[in-house]
Amino acid sequence: MLSLTHYLILGAILFAISVAGIFLNRKNLIVLLMSVELMLLAVNTNFIAFSRYLGNIDGQIFVFFILTVAAAESAIGLAILVALFRNRRTIHVDDLDSLKG
Amino acid sequence: MNFDVSNLYAATAEIFVAIMILMVMLVTAFARDIARGLAYSLAQLTLIIAAFITFFTLDAEAKSEFAFNNMFVHDLAGSILKLMVYLSMMVALIYGRGYLADRKIERPEYYLLALLTTLGMMVMITANHLLVLYVGLEMMSLSLYALVAFDRDAVRSTEAGMKYFVLGALASGLLLYGMSMIYGATGSLELSVVKQAVPGADSAVLLFGLVFLVAGVSFKLGVAPFHMWVPDVYQGSPTAVTLILSSAPKLAAFAMAMRLLGGALPDLAEHWQTMLMLVVVASIVLGNFAALAQRNIKRMLAYSGISHMGFMLMGLLSGDGMGYSSAMFYAIAYALMTLAAFGMVVLLSREGFEAENIEDFKGLNRRNSWFALLMLFVMFSMAGIPFFVGFFAKFSVLQAVIQAGHLWIAVLAVLMSLIGAFYYLRVVKFMYFDEPADSAPLNASGELLVMLSINGVAIALLGLMPGTLMQWCEGAMKVTFAAAVGG
Repeated sequence: MLSLTHYLILGAILFAISVAGIFLNRKNLIVLLMSVELMLLAVNTNFIAFSRYLGNIDGQIFVFFILTVAAAESAIGLAILVALFRNRRTIHVDDLDSLKG
Repeated sequence: MNFDVSNLYAATAEIFVAIMILMVMLVTAFARDIARGLAYSLAQLTLIIAAFITFFTLDAEAKSEFAFNNMFVHDLAGSILKLMVYLSMMVALIYGRGYLADRKIERPEYYLLALLTTLGMMVMITANHLLVLYVGLEMMSLSLYALVAFDRDAVRSTEAGMKYFVLGALASGLLLYGMSMIYGATGSLELSVVKQAVPGADSAVLLFGLVFLVAGVSFKLGVAPFHMWVPDVYQGSPTAVTLILSSAPKLAAFAMAMRLLGGALPDLAEHWQTMLMLVVVASIVLGNFAALAQRNIKRMLAYSGISHMGFMLMGLLSGDGMGYSSAMFYAIAYALMTLAAFGMVVLLSREGFEAENIEDFKGLNRRNSWFALLMLFVMFSMAGIPFFVGFFAKFSVLQAVIQAGHLWIAVLAVLMSLIGAFYYLRVVKFMYFDEPADSAPLNASGELLVMLSINGVAIALLGLMPGTLMQWCEGAMKVTFAAAVGG
């Protein structure tokens, strides 16, 4: 039988993967955007698990909002990515180095 | 769950701004040829009317009112912070207009995004529910990401936008993860219910969530060790956007810290204060030392902003009404100072030239002694030299932190602001004792000159009479935290 703990561990693993993806990834900005999405999904898992466990619907409603915001967020992220690609002709993370000091 | 029309009363200003955003959007879409000027006027008009609404619905004596099933709180602290947000946005739009026009990027969308981010901040400031707080925060942040990348043909602007986006999204993720843990431990998303549920909740889960919450809030405030984005984003974005970025969102982030940590989790104060203590010490030390090494004035001001935010958080360390009111005073004073400082950068810039290096301030006194004097006010105030507003801000947070019994933090903070005085005074030295490197006359719009003069003089005057603003802050915190105690 799956308990709350299992879901929380799943959420924590997903969250850890996404944070690792953001910090370790040196290649591709698209992977960064994917990591950000994964992070929000990890949080969603948590909210749904807690909501089910507590018998309280608020958590699931929160998830709808997170999904909506995530969609807006990736739209903006991709838009900035396209603008960046037009200027630099690259989406390598290591090439983002014009700002230093 | 029945709906009462009186709910709308508490949210009048937000609803008004939302409607005006739709108006500006229509103008942007359908009246392209006149949209630029019209969007600017509409944005300013919106802010002014919203200020009137907030001012007339403000009731200094009343307790906090809750609306929309306690999702929304209408109180004095929120009203004052909202008024300051409108003011900062108005000033930032006035300063930024000529700058954008000179660079041929004054598109009406700029004003649309500025209003959207204002609405986000207003929602954040009045949130009494984790969901509302999150939605407000995202509304503010998403518009800011777009604003930072506004100069879409410039490498630096888009790169700064990308960096801000990734780190901002990470911060929202951390904050959300923390919120989910708090929800799991207390079974509620409503801040006042969370507060009551904390004593009986599972403390391991709560603490786990609290770490993420503090990290998320610190990211949004831009304090060390979560400051990586601040210098790059300040430097990379068009100065008109840096103006917005450095002022009003700090007020909203302060409101978020106050409502989340002070309002909902006062029973965990001991834990979050320990975390904030580390954050405060790291930001004050790192901010001041790193600012010493900067030659780019936008980066220097970014690092000085990190240390200022550290100072502001010192006010939260004491955890009583006086501490919160001193932090609020600090946030307001900082918003005024940073607006004037970046306003100066805008003033010295012109078409095809960015006054980005500290050297560009050389000999400003010869070129225009009035604005050199105003810049001197700003720098003295940021350094915390009496009797400018920055001095009283620093003084009141130091008082709060000493009362909380952390004498060593106060001593460290004073030492670090002595180091900080070096780089502020270096700018003053350049202005008064060096030959001008650039002798082009300052040509800026009348609006900018008048507003910048008012802003600089306000910094000096508020330093001479800080009493009224201080009393407002104190009164506001009394109301907010009295209501929180009563539930």
